[in-house]
Amino acid sequence: MFDIERWQEIFETLSKNKLRTFLTGLSVASGIFILVILLGFSSGIQNGVTSQFEKDATNSISVWTGVTTKEYKGLNPGRRIQLKNQDFNDIVTKYDDNLEYKSAFYTIWGGLVNYKNESGNYRIQGVMPDNQFIENADIHQGRFINHSDVVGNKKVAVIGNKLSVDLFKGDNPIGKDISLYGINFKVVGVFFDPGGERDESKVMMPITTAQKAFNGGNDIRSMMYTVKMSDNFDEAVKLSEQVSLGIENDIKTTHIIAPDDISAIRVNNTLEEARKIYSLVDTIKAVFWFVGIGTIIAGVVGVGNIMLIIVKERTKEIGIRKALGAEPMSIVGMILQESVFVTMFSGLFGLVAGLALLEFVGPLIESDFIKYPQVDFNTALSTVFVLVFAGAIAGFIPAYRAARIKPIDALRDE
Amino acid sequence: MIQIKDLHKSYHMGNNSLHVLKGINFDVKEGELVSIMGSSGSGKSTLLNILGMLDEADEGSYTLDTVPIKNLNEKIAANYRNKFLGFIFQSFNLINYKSALDNVALPLYYQGVARKERVERAMHYLDKVGLAPWSHHLPSELSGGQKQRVAIARALASDPKVLLADEPTGALDTKTSYEVMDLIQGINDEGKTILVVTHEHDIAQMTKRIVNLKDGVIIDDSFVEQVRASQYV
Repeated sequence: MFDIERWQEIFETLSKNKLRTFLTGLSVASGIFILVILLGFSSGIQNGVTSQFEKDATNSISVWTGVTTKEYKGLNPGRRIQLKNQDFNDIVTKYDDNLEYKSAFYTIWGGLVNYKNESGNYRIQGVMPDNQFIENADIHQGRFINHSDVVGNKKVAVIGNKLSVDLFKGDNPIGKDISLYGINFKVVGVFFDPGGERDESKVMMPITTAQKAFNGGNDIRSMMYTVKMSDNFDEAVKLSEQVSLGIENDIKTTHIIAPDDISAIRVNNTLEEARKIYSLVDTIKAVFWFVGIGTIIAGVVGVGNIMLIIVKERTKEIGIRKALGAEPMSIVGMILQESVFVTMFSGLFGLVAGLALLEFVGPLIESDFIKYPQVDFNTALSTVFVLVFAGAIAGFIPAYRAARIKPIDALRDE
Repeated sequence: MIQIKDLHKSYHMGNNSLHVLKGINFDVKEGELVSIMGSSGSGKSTLLNILGMLDEADEGSYTLDTVPIKNLNEKIAANYRNKFLGFIFQSFNLINYKSALDNVALPLYYQGVARKERVERAMHYLDKVGLAPWSHHLPSELSGGQKQRVAIARALASDPKVLLADEPTGALDTKTSYEVMDLIQGINDEGKTILVVTHEHDIAQMTKRIVNLKDGVIIDDSFVEQVRASQYV
C-alpha cells in the first residue's frame, strides 16, 4: 500500500487515462456532493423549524378566555369569561410541583406610546418577572421586570428593541420616561426576542401596575405557564397534556362553563405541537437520509460498473502484465488501489465542494424555514469512507476475476 | 536448457475432447535458435503456451534450466515467467498508454528493480534494438517493425534464460520481418536460447534447427544451415 513504486505506476496509469479517471471521479464526487447538500438542507429545515418554535418557550401552556357558546346550569350562552388574579393563583398553588415559570398578563393590544416628540402604537403588556423566560426574551440593556416592581406597583417599563429604535433613535433609553396615555413610565430595560420584530414591538410593565393604570382591577387577560421538563420527551408531553387538561377543567368548574364548550376557554399546549413538529422534522430527515443513501448506493453501483468496464477494457493489458511476471494479487492490488484512490480523492472533493456550497450559499437563503444548512463533518466523512469501502468491494470482484484470467486468453482478447 | 518428455495436452469442450499434443519429446540446449513449424491446428501454439507456462500440460514432464515445471500455482508461474522467460508476440502486445521506455521497464518493475535502475536498463535494451531516440514515444507513434523491436527489448530486459517468440514476424512485411530476424539472430549470437514459432519457411530457415509439428506429434526435427537475415537487409 505504501510502496512508492506502486503509487508511481498508479499515477501514471491514471494520468494517461484521463477520461476514465474523470468519469469515475465525477460519479463519486456528484454522489457525495448531492448527499452533503441533502443532509445540509435537512439540517437547515430542522434549524429553521426549531427556531420558528423557539421564539417562545417550547414547553409552555397558555390560557385565554372567550365567550361561552353553550348554556349551562341555567346560565345563558354569550357570557364573557373574565379571568381574575385568583384563577392564576389557584392554578399556581395547585400545580406548583409541575410548573416552572408562571405569568399572568394584562394586555392592551394597541396603546399610544410617546417619548418626547416621537410616538407610536404598540402592544402594552402587564407581566410577571417569569415572562422573560416564557417569551425567551433576551435582555439587551438594563433589566427585566422584577418581583419588587410587581409588589410595589412600580411605574417601570421594559421596551422591545423595535421601540428603542423607533422612539429613541439611538439614544440610550434606560432611565428615560415614556408616556402611555399620559402616564409616565421609567424605562428600565430593552429586550430582544427571537420571535422577531413583532414580538419586539411591545412594552412590558408589572402586571399590578398595568391593572391599576388601565383600570384592570383584578382582571387578567391571559396566563402562561411552562411545564418542568423531564429528560424523557414523551413523559414531558404527557405531563404537559395532563396539566393543561387539569387547568382547563378547573377553570370550567370555577366559572361554570359547560365541559364541552370549546370557545369559552382555550388552553394551548406548545409541547404537544412541538412534538408534532419534531416528528415532522424527523420524517423529513428520514426522507433525506433515504434519498441520500439511495444516492450513495447508486454511486457504489456506478463505481462497480465502471470497475467492470475498466477490467474489461484492460483485460489485454492484464494478460501482458501477467505474461511479464505480475502475480495475481499484484493485479488485484493495482486495480483496487487505483479505484480506492480515485473514489477517495473524488469523494473528498465532492465533500469539500458540498460543504463549500453550504458555507457560501447557506447564509444567503432567506427563508424562515431553512436556517444555517450545515452538515456534521464526521457524518459526511464517514459516508465518504462507506462509499470508498463499498466501491472497493464492488471493484474487488471484477479485479479478482481479472487476475484469474489466463494470460493466454487475455492476450487473444482484441 | 529445456527438456520435454512425453507431453500430452487435451482440451475439453462439453462432451468433446480434443487431443492436441500427443506425446512430445524434445530437448533444447543453451544457445540454440529453434523454430517450431506446423500448419494451424498442429499444436505448435499449445506447445509454446506450455513452454511459456501460460498453460499447463496434462501429462509428461517439462524441465527448464534444471527446474521441474509442475504443480504451478499462479504466483509461482508468474515468478518463473518473470525470471526465466521473455515473450515476443505476433501482435506485439505493448501497453498502449505507456511509452516505449516504460514498456521495456515493466518486467523489471515486477522484479522489484528500483525505478532509476529500471530506466537505465530499459534504455540500454532500447539502445540495443536501435530505438533509443524513440524511447518516449507511445506505441501508436511507432511502426510495426519498431513496435516489435520494442517488444524484443522488453523480452530481453528481465535477462531471461529463454526467449519465446510466437509468430514474431506474422504481422510484418518481408523487409521488416528480415530486420526483426536479424535482430533475433544477433541476440542468439550472444548466447541466448530462442524458440520461434512460425509457419513461414524463409523465417524458419533463419534459425539453426527446425522442429516440424503435425497433428500433435513431431514429424521432423533437424538442424539446418542458418540463413543470415543480414544479407537481405
